[in-house]
Formats: sequence, C-alpha cells, structure tokens
Amino acid sequence: MALPGRIDRSLAREERLARLREAAAAMRRRDLALVNGAGLGHIGGDLSATDIVATLYLAVLDLDPADPAWPERDRFIMSKGHSSGVLYIALASAGFFDPELLESYMQPLSPLNGHPDRKSIPGVEANTGPLGHGLPIAVGTAIAAQMDGATRRTYCLVGDGELQEGSNWEALMAAGHRGLDNLTVIVDRNGLQQGAATEETNRLEPLGDKARAFGWSVVEVDGHDHAALLELFEGVPVEPGKPTFAIAHTHKGRGVSFMEDEVGWHHRVPTQAEVDAGVAELTS
Amino acid sequence: MTAVADSKLHDCRDAFAETLESLAEADSRVVAVVNDSIGSSKLGGFAQRFPERLVNVGIAEQNLVGVAAGLANGGKVPFVSAASCFLTARALEQIKVDLAYSNANVKLCGMSPGVAYGQLGATHHSIEDVAWLRAIAHMTIIVPADSAETGQALRAAAEHDGPVFVRVSRLPVPDVNAPGYRFQLGRAVRLKEGADITLVANGTMTARALEAAALLEADGIDARVVSMPTVKPLDTDEIAAAAAETRGIVTVEEHTIRGGLGSAVAEQVVVTQPVPMRILGIPDVFAPTGTAEWLLDHFGLNAAGIRGAAVALLEGRSG
Repeated sequence: MALPGRIDRSLAREERLARLREAAAAMRRRDLALVNGAGLGHIGGDLSATDIVATLYLAVLDLDPADPAWPERDRFIMSKGHSSGVLYIALASAGFFDPELLESYMQPLSPLNGHPDRKSIPGVEANTGPLGHGLPIAVGTAIAAQMDGATRRTYCLVGDGELQEGSNWEALMAAGHRGLDNLTVIVDRNGLQQGAATEETNRLEPLGDKARAFGWSVVEVDGHDHAALLELFEGVPVEPGKPTFAIAHTHKGRGVSFMEDEVGWHHRVPTQAEVDAGVAELTS
Repeated sequence: MTAVADSKLHDCRDAFAETLESLAEADSRVVAVVNDSIGSSKLGGFAQRFPERLVNVGIAEQNLVGVAAGLANGGKVPFVSAASCFLTARALEQIKVDLAYSNANVKLCGMSPGVAYGQLGATHHSIEDVAWLRAIAHMTIIVPADSAETGQALRAAAEHDGPVFVRVSRLPVPDVNAPGYRFQLGRAVRLKEGADITLVANGTMTARALEAAALLEADGIDARVVSMPTVKPLDTDEIAAAAAETRGIVTVEEHTIRGGLGSAVAEQVVVTQPVPMRILGIPDVFAPTGTAEWLLDHFGLNAAGIRGAAVALLEGRSG
C-alpha cells in the first residue's frame, strides 16, 4: 500500500485539500492493515485522529525529516500515545523513516513499540502512553520557544477521555497564565473512552467553558474537515496572547462504517475480512 | 577525625544556589524550574539575576516535571528544584516516562530530603526517594555529603547528557572531603583506610561514619570509611574491594533501609562475594514527631549507633 507524501505549500489551496483527502484515506487503509498485521492496536482512536494528524504532518508542520532534531522545527506532541499507529504512518508518510518498517509494528525488537519511543523513532517528540503527559511537555516546548523569541509552534493532540487526568489541568492553568499563544491544543473529541462515553464516565462538559476559564481561546472545529483544520492550524493563534484550545469534533473509527462511534473498536483488532471491507469503503 | 567534628557546618542549599547561578552565567541554556519553591531552594539570587530563566509553575509537580521535559526538548538544560518528597512522589510517572525513558536532559534537585523537615512529619519526609528512582532504568542518582560535593555534583549533572537526581540537604554538615577534592560521577571516595570493617555512607551520614570510625579506633577496630555519593551507577569496584579486604560492610543512609544505598550494596555483594552486612537507615516505619537531629539519634543514625552496629557485626551478633 503506497503512502502519501508531504504536500507542497505552494500548490493551490483546492489542490492541497484534494491531496489531503486522498492522503488521509490512504493512511486509514494502511492503518487497518497495520493493526491487523500486529494483532494489536487502537484502531478506533487512530481513525478518529487521522485527519488531524495528516493535516499537521503533511500540510502544516515545519519539519525537516532529514534532520529530525532541527532546533527550529515545529513541535507536535502526540499525547494520546496509544494512537501510535496513525502517528507512525504519518511519520513514514512525511519521510522520517522507510514505510517498510511499518511491517514490524509491535513485533519483537521493533522500534515501533505499541506506544512511541522517541529514542527509537526519528520524529517522535515525546514518549507517551500513560495519559496526561503530553500537554505539560507541550507547555515546556512552548515556553522554550518563547524564551528564545522563536517563531516555532507547538501543537499537542490530546484524547478527550485523557482530560480526566489532573496533570492536564495543571498544564492548562500554566499555559493560560503565561499566555502561550505559540501553543495549540487539539482535543480529539470523539466522545468515547475505552469503556464508555466520556459523559457517562466522568463528565467533561462544558469543556469549552472550562478551557476559557483557564485563559485559553476556544474554537470548535469539525475534526474530519481538512479545509477547516488547515484554516485553523495556519491561522493560530486565534487570539494574540492566548493559547488556542481547539475542540475537534470527531468520530471514533471514522471512515469505516461498522467501526464508527462503536466503543468496542477502541482496541478491537479487525479480521482480514473486516480490513478488506474497510479498505473497500475507503477506496473511491 | 576531630577535624571533621570541629569544622564549620554548612547548609548544602547555599552551594546549590551558588553553583546554579554560576552554571547559568556560563551557559544560557540553563534554566531553573520550580513549584513555588524559590525560597526553600534558596533561589532568590537566581530569580533576581535571571528572572527570564526561572519558570515557576506553581504548586503542580506533574506539570513541573513535564514542563521541564518540554524545556529540554526545546534545547534548554532545566534544573528542577523542589522539596524532594513532592518532587519524587507526586511526579514519579513523569520522572519515569518523560525523563528516564525519554532520555530527557533534565536535572532533578531534591531539596531537604530524608528527615530534614523533622517535626513537620512523615508527609514531608523523603525517605523513599532514592529507592523509587533507583528502580527506574537510566536514572543517575547522587547524594552529596557536603557543600563542595553538592556544587561539584551539580556541575557533573550539567555535563552529563541525561536525567540526574541530586539530593540537596538543608541539614548542617561539615566538610568531609579534603580541600581540592574532585567529585567523579560513579566513583566512591575512600575517606579513611581500614582493614577490619568498611563503613559505606553518603549524604548527611558521611560525617557521622567518620566520627564512628574514630570511636572504633579507640575500641581497637580499624574501620575503612567509604563515601558513596553516586548511588546509581554504583562504584562496584570499591564495594568489591571492601568485601574482599575487610570482614564486613555497614551501610548508613538518611533513607529507609528498603531500596536505597544499603540495598544497592547488598544486591552486589550477595551475588559476588557475600560478606556480613548491616544496613542502617530509617527502619521500615513512618517517623514519629521530632526534630531532624532528634530523629536521627532516635534511629541510631549517629556515631554511637554506627559503632554499635560495626561491633555487633564483627562479634557476629545480630543488631
């Protein structure tokens, strides 16, 4: 399965969006096979985050895959580390490593661990997996850029269920207090956590009001609309002097009809027949 | 040994603060990260001189360590300074994942460890910090014995690429190392030669081990005194020498007897060259109310207590 590459910024907007749409579909097709091959993974959350991750890695982030440690690179912190599948596919698509390596996902001694390890894979910024770790780290990278007077930006993707971890609220408070307008948090608001809906488990709403009260600019966006995501990511900060809290409304399992909004697909592994059916739906 | 007993006492936080300012002066990447702990870390001077390089996240230890990891990702060399009890316990998963597993270049400075907070009680004692962090792969742990060693340990931490935990005591300690001493990461210091028994100590207990050796000398026992500032990685050569050349080892630490310096030494000798050992520290209890000095005496962590343990070991008695 061929993977997409990065999308030239000089292309016309419509062309960029068309390529993004195709890239996201290709990434989803690869992800189904990835999880099937590994016999393990978190396909529901991968598919819910795919459009966000694809837009950032292929069209927005200022990165140099040939020099992953380039100091002036934008930082993307994947706080929901269990969505390693979509992260690895995005990194391979962006040119950080040979896509062939994806075949080894979660195999013994593979650098592609179930949760990302930055020592093993170029382009991974933070080791995540335990929830509530990414946002504090993102606050740190944003403070470092602010200290340097640098223009680089930090984007951090958090799961919605993950926001039940208290460390996020420590970080939200600190970022609001400091007015880190070089920081954008995207909440993958698919409404479901491992066992049930977030609102049945430990209510997050009114989520936007909470972030606003912590000093953030809050925006709501369709997390599967590439045009809206691109406009948002290229337009931050929404409000100078404030960090941006983007609530991205998404669907777990997006793109495969029988997985969408089904809590069981948090970490169910698709059979080959289910992969084939999904790939067919994702092939236009 | 009388030189130690008579020498002036110092609060190691002064050497910590002075050294951190000096490091910051020499390297613009050095930043301090605190949890409303400027005063208790004696960083008032740093705050005045480098206000833009002091990140105070407030009373939030998980964020404290996570932010430090992010600062390191952004090219800074963060020194996190916070009361050791909160820094290590409250942020343990961040220390494991964001620092050690990630190889983040962050230096953790655990202020007022052990029972330094005395009568504030067991909530504020940090007698498990070394055990917790020693169980984490890729951590480096230093427990300096005096002011000079504290300053040098910080410099060594700055030069080391990766996470380091340095304990910084507020209890007054004398200088135990000779003038001109050079701290080396992972290396023990033989403060006194001896052939009968080896006392291995670090932190505030080092001076007490030297005093105990003087008492033992009067008993006709020739005790070797080994200062072990680096608990991880341990100086295994020095322990092997103690096991081979003396009749037993007594370890002394201001820490629980579970999982700290004594355990590290025991883990080595039991599989290489078993020798009789005594492990002195806080027994497996929460300490009662009392000043730090009172608590140390209460637990026998003084010259007389160490001497008693050494004599008992050599006589083959328990206790």
